[in-house]
Amino acid sequence: MDTEVRQITSDACRAFANDGTRLLDILHEIQRRLGHVPPDAIEAIADCTSLAPVRVQQTLAFYAFFSDRPLGKVVIRLCDDVVDRMWGYDAVRAAFEKALGIPMGGTTPDGMIGLQRTPCIGMSDQSPAALVGTTVFTRLTPESAERIVAGLRAGCQPAELIEKCGDGNNAHTLVRAMVRNNIRQPGAVLLTEGERGAAIANALAMSPAEVIRTVKNARLRGCGGAGFPTGMKWEFARSARGPRKLIFCNADEGEPGTFKDRVLLTEHPNRVFAGMTIAGYAVGAAEGILYLRAEYAYLRPFLEDILARRRADGLLGNAIRGKHSFGFDIRIQLGAGSYVCGAELALLRSCEGGPGEPMTRPPFPVQSGYLGCPSVVNNVETLALVTKILESGAPAFSELGEEGCSGTKLLSLSGDCTRPGVYEVPLGTPLRDVLDMCGGGDARSVLVGGASGRFVGPALFDRLISFDDLSTGGAIIVFGPQRSVPEIVELYSHFFAEESCGYCAPCRIGTVLLRERLGRIVRGTGEPADLEYLEELGDTMKATSRCGLGQAAPNALLSSLKNFRPAYEELVRSDPDGFKRAFDLDKAVTQAGEIAARLSIRGQEVAL
Amino acid sequence: MSEITLTIDGREITTQPGRTILEAAEEHGIYIPRLCHLPGLKPFGGCRVCTVLVNGRSEAACTQPVAQGIVVENDTEQLRAWRRNIIEMLFVEGNHFCPSCEKSGDCELQALAYRMGISAPRHPFLWPRREVDASHPDVLIDHNRCILCARCARTSRDIDGKEVFGFVGRGPARKLTINPGARLVDSALDVTDQAVNACPVGAILRKRGAYATPVGRRHYDRAPIGSGIETPAELTIDRGDQP
Repeated sequence: MDTEVRQITSDACRAFANDGTRLLDILHEIQRRLGHVPPDAIEAIADCTSLAPVRVQQTLAFYAFFSDRPLGKVVIRLCDDVVDRMWGYDAVRAAFEKALGIPMGGTTPDGMIGLQRTPCIGMSDQSPAALVGTTVFTRLTPESAERIVAGLRAGCQPAELIEKCGDGNNAHTLVRAMVRNNIRQPGAVLLTEGERGAAIANALAMSPAEVIRTVKNARLRGCGGAGFPTGMKWEFARSARGPRKLIFCNADEGEPGTFKDRVLLTEHPNRVFAGMTIAGYAVGAAEGILYLRAEYAYLRPFLEDILARRRADGLLGNAIRGKHSFGFDIRIQLGAGSYVCGAELALLRSCEGGPGEPMTRPPFPVQSGYLGCPSVVNNVETLALVTKILESGAPAFSELGEEGCSGTKLLSLSGDCTRPGVYEVPLGTPLRDVLDMCGGGDARSVLVGGASGRFVGPALFDRLISFDDLSTGGAIIVFGPQRSVPEIVELYSHFFAEESCGYCAPCRIGTVLLRERLGRIVRGTGEPADLEYLEELGDTMKATSRCGLGQAAPNALLSSLKNFRPAYEELVRSDPDGFKRAFDLDKAVTQAGEIAARLSIRGQEVAL
Repeated sequence: MSEITLTIDGREITTQPGRTILEAAEEHGIYIPRLCHLPGLKPFGGCRVCTVLVNGRSEAACTQPVAQGIVVENDTEQLRAWRRNIIEMLFVEGNHFCPSCEKSGDCELQALAYRMGISAPRHPFLWPRREVDASHPDVLIDHNRCILCARCARTSRDIDGKEVFGFVGRGPARKLTINPGARLVDSALDVTDQAVNACPVGAILRKRGAYATPVGRRHYDRAPIGSGIETPAELTIDRGDQP
């Protein structure tokens, strides 16, 4: 074995106490030093951590940001989401390919630069975007792509190529990103800063049961999309047996079209960490883990600094605010490029160092989650709202909503609108008002909830943004009259097939079959019976898939088949002679023709 | 602990707490189709063939514990349609050639297809390129026929105590694997391992003796899958929507 690989690997393992549950960190560290994780390293990690080599390989192969072969000293990951495609992805991709002299997926011959595509990196309001190493580049043009390549070739670090930093903390010395917050409409969470530590002081003045009651009275529900009552989740975890309990903050917002958590983490990290601390106090947990998606790694030094300051100020660590009975600390777990890890049961597996295959439920994580410990997983926004509730009291919060809903919701608006960005609206706001706010008045179709959400048309624009009507984790993607709904659905079908973990059959196979049949339809060789086929397949996946990914993967398809059926019907046709339109006779006989050394082309025989 | 009462397809049954719905049904002679489930192993919930409705919500019967008063639907037109669809998906995902398979007649996937009245899948065949590992003197793996149920991997880990197998790749790229770079002959697998017997299909085969029992006199040639569980033994093969 290469002695350098052995040394780097054993250093990396030792840095995490040879703990196999820190496998993601170990792999990140080896990759940071070597650019990839070579096969020799797998054996060495297995030796150090006592994991079976096959388990190490399993985790390594699962995550898109890990590689077992060199991809380049710097890897450009160009975001290939539907919204990027709307705003010039193709031209930017072509510019990168031309400037680098390699196709997408390739590495320059000198091994210096790699070009990869990646799903939504949380920049839909400033697309096309790319990660160069961990540095984010937004609003890319063919020209800026060329400049980036020229800069890298001249030996610059990616961060040195940023021309102008974004607003707010994006310009902070520890962030220095060109990302913009695009806060278009601040509300109760985003507008006021609040006194740092006030919420924790208020919480610690109560008993844990009173804190839970306060959150319940505020009628706070999970903002990640599922809408489960937060207070109830905490109560389950509090009453669960176990000496060790943990609070997880889900900062893995991978839903295409979502980026509101990125803005919260940039502008209000103290709110989020305070929310975790309050949850720890309420539940009886001493540990918190923020699971940060790898796409947001650029925020990590900034967030680590905030944590250090909170420790110094007695807001984290032992005896918080002088209360000797309560200690709590937080660490950041970096993800590695996997959409399914945003689902809490997969997130917990990932934190254990495994592939992001969701755990079996029951038992529920609040009873037995991370390493068998009672675990609470809350969304970034939910935890920020907890802090707000403990600052201003439950009544002030529950009064914020409209039409019987409680509180506000952050929305990530993108697509065909003139003011894409983050909006905080009272729950119960009609979709039409949201479209007006963001300059999306020309919308013909709207995807509420991102790629796994529902496609609605103008007939449903008066429906309300709320947990019980148009439910959304926050993503709202607007499409104007020039967009084809079936084409959008087809693009997303690739995403789900790439992100399915593969554990359960209906999702693993169904996502591929959906992609194949949708491809046939948008290529113009679909038949009317294909629509019924897709409905039946989508229905089966929804009902039988093991986790939210497979259950929600057909949502955009099924809702668009209902609300935009004519758009599909225009694309499918029966063949007048009763032939299968997708069947390509010439292609089907090519191989036989080659073997026979003659080719049959439309009735004529041609000797080869 | 006191007994639990629940209903399955309108029939009231009693069972002990801690059982899964699948186990409770089986106790009372009710068969819930399944593929990745193997008694003695921790439930996996991967194939989803045992999907039932519990108070109207779909759950895998192999992982879902019983609870007092739940109403379970099992043998309904809707559930049969979903299960048929999953079995058809499994057939197109790999390369299955029942007539030439050594396991024909003893294969659970094939037997479920017969029971559900599937003659040909409605999905297009995906024809993946997959490997055969015949390096081991006594056992071979044909990945063409693997349905990724993990019965071998779980048996090897939890019963044989060896952890010979794992899975790499995600989604459609998921693949049964042994340690990186290794072939089956390099692994700790022994022909006497329980893992060799755990495969429900023809993916893991013992070499030689494949035709000791002639086709036609095999397990599911004699009686449909599930009939050993079902009391009353009356069973009709569901013809589904096939002509």
